[in-house]
Amino acid sequence: MSESSKGTTQTVTAETSATPRNPSPKEQAWEKNTLQPTLKKNPERQTEFTTISGHPIRRLYTQADLPNWDAERDLGLPGEPPYTRGIHPSMHRTRLWTMRQFAGFGTAEDTNQRFRYLLAQGQTGLSTAFDLPTLMGYDSDHPLSEGEVGKCGVAISSLADMEVLFDQIPLANVTTSMTINSPAAVVWAMYLAVAEKQGADWKKISGTLQNDILKEYIAQKEYIYPPDPSMRLVIDTFEFGVKNTPKFNTISISGYHIREAGSTAIQELAFTLRDGLEYVEWGMRRGLDVDEFVPQLSFFFNAHSDFFEEIAKYRAARRIWHKAMVERYKSKNPRTWALRFHTQTAGCSLTAQQPYNNVVRTAIQALAAVLGGTQSLHTNSLDEAWALPTEFAATIALRTQQIIAHETGVTNTVDPLGGSYFLETLTNEVEHGAWEYIDRIDAMGGMVAAIERSYPQREIAEASYRYQMELDKKEKIMVGVNDFVSQEKPLDILQIDETVAHRQAERLSKLRADRSQAEVDRRLGALRKAAQGKDNLMPFLYDAVKSYATLGEICDAMKDVFGIYEEVAIT
Amino acid sequence: MPEKKIRVLIAKPGLDGHDRGAKVIARALRDAGMEVIYTGLRQTPEMIASAAIQEDVDVIGLSILSGAHNTICPQLMTMLHDKGMDDVTVLVGGIIPEADIPALKKSGISGIFLPGTSTQDIIDFIHKNVPHH
Repeated sequence: MSESSKGTTQTVTAETSATPRNPSPKEQAWEKNTLQPTLKKNPERQTEFTTISGHPIRRLYTQADLPNWDAERDLGLPGEPPYTRGIHPSMHRTRLWTMRQFAGFGTAEDTNQRFRYLLAQGQTGLSTAFDLPTLMGYDSDHPLSEGEVGKCGVAISSLADMEVLFDQIPLANVTTSMTINSPAAVVWAMYLAVAEKQGADWKKISGTLQNDILKEYIAQKEYIYPPDPSMRLVIDTFEFGVKNTPKFNTISISGYHIREAGSTAIQELAFTLRDGLEYVEWGMRRGLDVDEFVPQLSFFFNAHSDFFEEIAKYRAARRIWHKAMVERYKSKNPRTWALRFHTQTAGCSLTAQQPYNNVVRTAIQALAAVLGGTQSLHTNSLDEAWALPTEFAATIALRTQQIIAHETGVTNTVDPLGGSYFLETLTNEVEHGAWEYIDRIDAMGGMVAAIERSYPQREIAEASYRYQMELDKKEKIMVGVNDFVSQEKPLDILQIDETVAHRQAERLSKLRADRSQAEVDRRLGALRKAAQGKDNLMPFLYDAVKSYATLGEICDAMKDVFGIYEEVAIT
Repeated sequence: MPEKKIRVLIAKPGLDGHDRGAKVIARALRDAGMEVIYTGLRQTPEMIASAAIQEDVDVIGLSILSGAHNTICPQLMTMLHDKGMDDVTVLVGGIIPEADIPALKKSGISGIFLPGTSTQDIIDFIHKNVPHH
């Protein structure tokens, strides 16, 4: 990449924490005459106040914290660059965010029922959780799947399962998100096959494929193939999506899992956006036009408990993305400039102790996401530090969003916090911190290179250890965990038993007996051959799933060609 | 003669990749003066038992968040027993429903640590339960 296209050449508008502060005479007098005498009598509770990420926070923010801040340039107006105030001119006054609860457990029948229940309760989009064997490209009857079938999500081993999963759910009208990464292209091919069977027009269907392999190497670790062929599969879906499914988000570039792995807010933002830039650059190298494929890229962030830090993070994300698209990639299409994102409240903030407190945590986190301008939202259920949610717990989580949307009044006006000295300063600082990381990763040669030297992995491990030590020393408090402890009765939780695995195994042996093995072999052979060359693999994957080749068979065919990835474990 | 360090194998069995807890514990035990070996991800009970023999460890710490503990733990305990390693202290940390705890304890797991456990509690448990060298 040329020097001029790097983040280092950005015109820096944000103040850094090193910018000297020049308080007004009035503020100086306040400090001397009002503040100091009070502090002498009543000292503050701590010598230092920091966000949950360890970012220092001042006692008071005033104009002195924003010396170079220009409201027209740095804040702007909603729906216009730099999108600090949101990507739509009237935001939630026109359309509320999509209430999209992540769900999946047991067999396709079990999850289909939960989907239909959630839609009946007023949920406005679907989001599919797959079980670990599916996420790792193993069929339910593979020996390594033992004990894991249907536990963390729904078990999907073939198109036959996918047909059951979306039975009586019209894909032409419902937007669906699918949380799957390494085998994303295969599962997407299954989804497209179901849509076609239902008679839904591919040009009109919309939804989101997570498909973010970079954060798997960084944080969630559900990878199969090495980075190069994995990135090829991602770019294949971009290319296929531009031509065939223009309304489908072919990727959801995710900070969620980076944060859950223990990163700070700034790390979450920086690594996620740098992942985004990596995808853009790989797409460009394929010969795709930025103005054409980038509008189908979406983002996914965590909503953790530090209220203002989270809101600042979402605002900074939009500013960074806009700047990168315009200055680094010279994009002319405004649809590439506006960063659209989904949010999920922080699973890692939930406590097993006093679990009803989690309803409160989740509500506050969800409020931060809404005030930060999210496009869609998942709220966690109170029992998720124990298990997948019961219907009772999942309903409260959905109701939490409905209360924020319809009772609190926060949707009446756009970006109600815009112009707050504190929030604008914090937005600047978070943005600045993220650019520093982005520049560092650019200097390493990009995100794939940084991952190969374990850079983001190590940064996250450091932050996560630091936070655990703060909890252990009670420098940070988690209510019910290291303070305000009390005993409670155990919750009734959702149990997934091994009958799911047996049902899946039976279904798979019937499938293998009923299908044409010759056709399966022929199409897997064609896929293997294409994988050795440079063709886009989506049409080959589509052919393979239509013959009812299983997920495991398809992923294995690609393993034959691509090999597998093994990480260097750091501790 | 200096006391021999306690040797611990931290293992991540099953398909799950959420290794935040495993890594934090590995580092905390190391900082507490123990010799810690981390297996990395996706270890089968077989691989964990072999590593435990090879590394001659006093403690095995399993991190399981996926709900697969009822399958993985008994398999590992049987394997350790068959290999004559009944004296190894086995701990499990992660998302373990309370209803599953009695059966896990019965299978020979010494300590089960739920979300929110401080690293010091685990260090103290090991010092109390692992025979001094």
